Amino acid sequence: MRQSSIIDIISPIMVGPSSSHTAGAVRLGLLARHVFNSHIRKIKFRLYNSYATTGKGHGTDKGLLSGILGLGVDDTRIKNIFGSDIAQHIEYSFEYMEDFNRHPNAVDFIIEGKDLKMTISGESIGAGEVVIRKINDFNVKITGHYNTLLILYKDSVGIISTVTTLIQKEHVNIASMSCDRSGKGQIASMCISLDGELNEKIVDVCQYIKHVHLVRYIKKLES
Amino acid sequence: MKYKSISTFADLLGECELQEVTIFDIAQKNEANLDDIKVNEFRKIVKKSLNAMQDAVKSGLKSKEMSLSGMCGDDCSRLKSFYSDSHALFGTIFEKIVTYALAISEENLRMGKIVACPTAGSCAIVPSVLIAVSEEKNISEKSQIDALITAGEIGRIVSNKVSLAGAVAGCQAECGVASAMSAAALTQLLGGTPRQILNAVALALKNLLGLTCDPVCGLVEIPCVKRNAFLAVHAVTACELALANVESKIPVDEVVDAMEQTGKLMSPMLKESSQAGLAKTKTAVRLEKSLRK
Ligand code: SF4
Repeated sequence: MRQSSIIDIISPIMVGPSSSHTAGAVRLGLLARHVFNSHIRKIKFRLYNSYATTGKGHGTDKGLLSGILGLGVDDTRIKNIFGSDIAQHIEYSFEYMEDFNRHPNAVDFIIEGKDLKMTISGESIGAGEVVIRKINDFNVKITGHYNTLLILYKDSVGIISTVTTLIQKEHVNIASMSCDRSGKGQIASMCISLDGELNEKIVDVCQYIKHVHLVRYIKKLES
Repeated sequence: MKYKSISTFADLLGECELQEVTIFDIAQKNEANLDDIKVNEFRKIVKKSLNAMQDAVKSGLKSKEMSLSGMCGDDCSRLKSFYSDSHALFGTIFEKIVTYALAISEENLRMGKIVACPTAGSCAIVPSVLIAVSEEKNISEKSQIDALITAGEIGRIVSNKVSLAGAVAGCQAECGVASAMSAAALTQLLGGTPRQILNAVALALKNLLGLTCDPVCGLVEIPCVKRNAFLAVHAVTACELALANVESKIPVDEVVDAMEQTGKLMSPMLKESSQAGLAKTKTAVRLEKSLRK
């Protein structure tokens, strides 16, 4: 486990009222924005359990939308985000659900762009810490603590080593890695957390690897 | 001075006494070392938090806008007008501490900008004391940063043993720890020794063991807002006893152990789930129904 530091204790500077329900919601929105990484036309937020029942009073809905629009946790525009100029060009709606199989503070982002659709699921796990757990049907783990390379590809021999070799050549250390696939030879996902910065060129190179469908380089969030 | 990993208060005190320095000296060097930055860069980050706390006081004092739920938001203004014609029994510093505590707490729940310290719900306990006393006694920004680093170091050591989350260990781990951090900051601010600072921490924490988390309607409002004012004053008591060399008979590390155990034994119904305590009183249930509408 990551030990906390003094800075963790006397920060973040954030808009209230709750680190898990407000700041956590903004951070989840920001991560989802980076995962989608394309113009968002329409978005549905599906809030579960405690996020659904106490979300309004904690501004969770405002936080999620603000994150999607790229605002940071300390941005005072969060409070009046609904109906603001920045939210004008996006069609958004909210759904509230109860599901005991899901985390108490869980949310799904159902996003539509010009020719891309994605469902991203995340959880706010306490003290402002968050995790993106699923993208479409794939299990991933994106916390915002590391720069993360996410790749969706058609499962085939050698892809994982091609990617890790590229990273190795850049002298960047891999902090952790997780892979998931729907079945042999079908679509798979690879999620690599990195200790350093990856050259954007490598990200471009990954796009051209045979069988790769989608590449995202998700920068770590400011704490 | 070399980096030395410090995970208990005994380690910290030992190191302070060995090197004849105070807590923030050790803490800032270790932190800078860990993050691979210079001490003055680390202090700049702390200054940013301090300045945001000062801003939160200013905006909180000006507003009486209600929270999203409409349950809280105008108590600071009530207190201000009360103090404008009758003075607090304990004098002006006391007035400022409780007024600032409500100002910051209310600013938090109206979605204003605050500093989670250690959490958003407990965000007023450290800054209200730190800022009120510094203003009244004309204490320099440098000393305030020293005090805030001291508070942070206390929170860090506790958090490596007990998670500072109401859902895990009850409010003793949020507002309780905030009050202990505040007592440490104040003792540093007033020139206490490392031993006195750690005593203040032990005294403050010991007297808040068992504090549950039972927020009404599941929102960080009732009892949280007013609790911030109470526990700010609690910190002052701990500090003054410690400065008088009153010792906590139970050493601070053992108090933290007791807090951890108490948190484990506390029913989940009293840990942020709003299933018992204040959250299930007749009035709370009525409030909850009216909010659902
Ligand atoms: S009662 Fe619970 S929600 Fe309120 S401040 Fe304490 S720990 Fe936070």
